[in-house]
Amino acid sequence: MSKARLMQGNEACAEGALAAGVRFYAGYPITPSTEIAEIMAEKLPLLGGTFIQMEDEIGSMAAVIGASLTGAKSLTATSGPGFSLKQENLGYAIATEVPCVVVNVQRGGPSTGLPTSPAQADVMQAKWGTHGDHPMIALSPSSVQECYELTVKAFNFAEEFRTVVIMLMDEVVGHLREKVELPESLPVENRKKPTVSPDQYVPFANDPSLIPAMANFGEGYRYHVTGLTHGENGLPTGKPEVTAKFLKRLTQKLDPYLERIQLWEEAYLADAELIVLAYGCTARPVREAIDAARREGLKVGLFRPITIWPFPSREIAKYKGRKFLVPEMNNGQLVGEVERVFGFEGVERLNRIDGELITVTEILEKIREVMSHVQ
Amino acid sequence: MFSEIAEYFRTETLPHMWCPGCGNGTITAALVRAIKTLRLDQNKVVIVSGIGCSSRMPGYLDFNTLHTTHGRALAFATGIKAAKPELDVFVVMGDGDSSAIGGNHLIHAARRNIDLTAIIINNNIYGMTGGQSSPMTPHDKRATTSPYGNLERPFQLLDLVQAAGATYGARATAYHNQLLSKLIIDAYNNPGFSLIEAISQCPVSYGRRNKFKTPADMLLWQKEHGVTAGRRALKDEDFLIGEVFNKEAPEYTQEYEKLRQRLKGGER
Ligand SMILES: Cc1ncc(C[n+]2csc(CCOP(=O)(O)OP(=O)(O)O)c2C)c(N)n1
Repeated sequence: MSKARLMQGNEACAEGALAAGVRFYAGYPITPSTEIAEIMAEKLPLLGGTFIQMEDEIGSMAAVIGASLTGAKSLTATSGPGFSLKQENLGYAIATEVPCVVVNVQRGGPSTGLPTSPAQADVMQAKWGTHGDHPMIALSPSSVQECYELTVKAFNFAEEFRTVVIMLMDEVVGHLREKVELPESLPVENRKKPTVSPDQYVPFANDPSLIPAMANFGEGYRYHVTGLTHGENGLPTGKPEVTAKFLKRLTQKLDPYLERIQLWEEAYLADAELIVLAYGCTARPVREAIDAARREGLKVGLFRPITIWPFPSREIAKYKGRKFLVPEMNNGQLVGEVERVFGFEGVERLNRIDGELITVTEILEKIREVMSHVQ
Repeated sequence: MFSEIAEYFRTETLPHMWCPGCGNGTITAALVRAIKTLRLDQNKVVIVSGIGCSSRMPGYLDFNTLHTTHGRALAFATGIKAAKPELDVFVVMGDGDSSAIGGNHLIHAARRNIDLTAIIINNNIYGMTGGQSSPMTPHDKRATTSPYGNLERPFQLLDLVQAAGATYGARATAYHNQLLSKLIIDAYNNPGFSLIEAISQCPVSYGRRNKFKTPADMLLWQKEHGVTAGRRALKDEDFLIGEVFNKEAPEYTQEYEKLRQRLKGGER
């Protein structure tokens, strides 16, 4: 049994977090993400959890990591300028393998940019915003329903893989109201706890799963956590051989699980001569434009990455020889990943960075134009 | 004697990385002796630090230890304490760490009066990066980035956090390390945000540039200028040691728990 409700994307994200078992939220207000904080402020104390409004986004990210170390599933939400401020501690969470979920309801940039207008401006920042080589999971919902379901998934991935998961939303899905079917329950994952006694516990073990078991602070497993490069015992080291081992595991730890992490949706790909690759809010007009193009007899398909990081390169590589069109509400960010697979030849862009959605008509015209060159 | 407190150390991590004559080791011992006197459960103690020489301390200690990012220790500690108030959370920071890059977190932790025991190891300099001036470098003193003497004036750290809302403030030095231990105990017992300014010496990056020939000269300076309240009037470089303020105000995590209970009772 599921219940249907009319909901805003940000609200669905908050509800998804609650369904996943979130118990701690720290944040700093910023449009267009603030509703998430407001809902958390109301709901968390009712559930025995904690909401705290921090002095800035740097502190919010820090508090979220601290809370997660005690075992609380932890969340923060922000937008462009705040996302920039979170980057240093976001890297800290990745390096120390502390699970948490960061929602970025994207708005136009750079700088204060367009606070109330949609954009997909932080695609590359989500991947490379924090310094150093690191793994990254970022999910991009394109409906209110997905805001709910993917937030649950985001927590599951964060807990299972001991990392930061970014919900890369945008102002459109964040503020959109749609009917949502709330499933009675969705599978919920919790971090793997140590099964050995405290004296046997190796906090950052080179486990065959690549994901070491995580003890929470206060449970008898005393260990050290540092953002410095560390050995399996958690203590800092500068030794090249220990560093290499640690960074190899850290940067490769998602690899065995890509099949489960990389989510996408596809439509009409079998005979498609042109594949439109679109994500987030842009996938909505793209879907309409593809339907219209099909009615005109144009062989066009949709590939919608839901997981944008790690980018499903191997999956799209199957479509060698087809043309690609990548519409984005930025100046061309995810398109670079498509070009990494196919080169510049046959990969077309459609970009808009003025705060307005790319329209069905614009996409349809571009589809017609590209298709007119297909023999 | 180290053997009396060895059980609180990760002895495999020793020797430590601090320079000969540095005050960090003395202050570490003072903290550990305080924890021992308080008989705190090692499994419930969390020690959080930022980045700097002083912030390397938790790595040597056998508790739940968290070495965070530069300036952010109090924000991490706030998350820990807010999520699990039964933990005993100590925060160790350098003067630059806490009052420059982390200054905002310092005043806000004080404003919330969250039950953290914070120790700022004030060596008047950026030690780890090799002796640049910090917001605690005295006026006219030399640092690599104030080669002609510091034009700026330092913070009065305890006044700063008191004005911001902290409920306990005290000062001691590496020289007055038994007093320091006692003050850490009192600070721990204060149910709210407590700050201890532990004045320390950096012979390599501060002393050499400011006419202290040896680490011992710096300790003697601490001895001479640290004055207990009421003993004599303060002059030139003198500073008060001992408890500087101690008052009552609602504590953040207790207030939050009251809210949870109120909501449980159906009240909104
Ligand atoms: C964001 C950031 N900026 C700068 C640094 C470089 N840095 C490391 S330690 C330090 C200053 C440390 O001085 P202090 O906090 O007084 O501690 P001490 O080393 O004297 O104990 C600086 C600037 C850093 N690690 N991170």
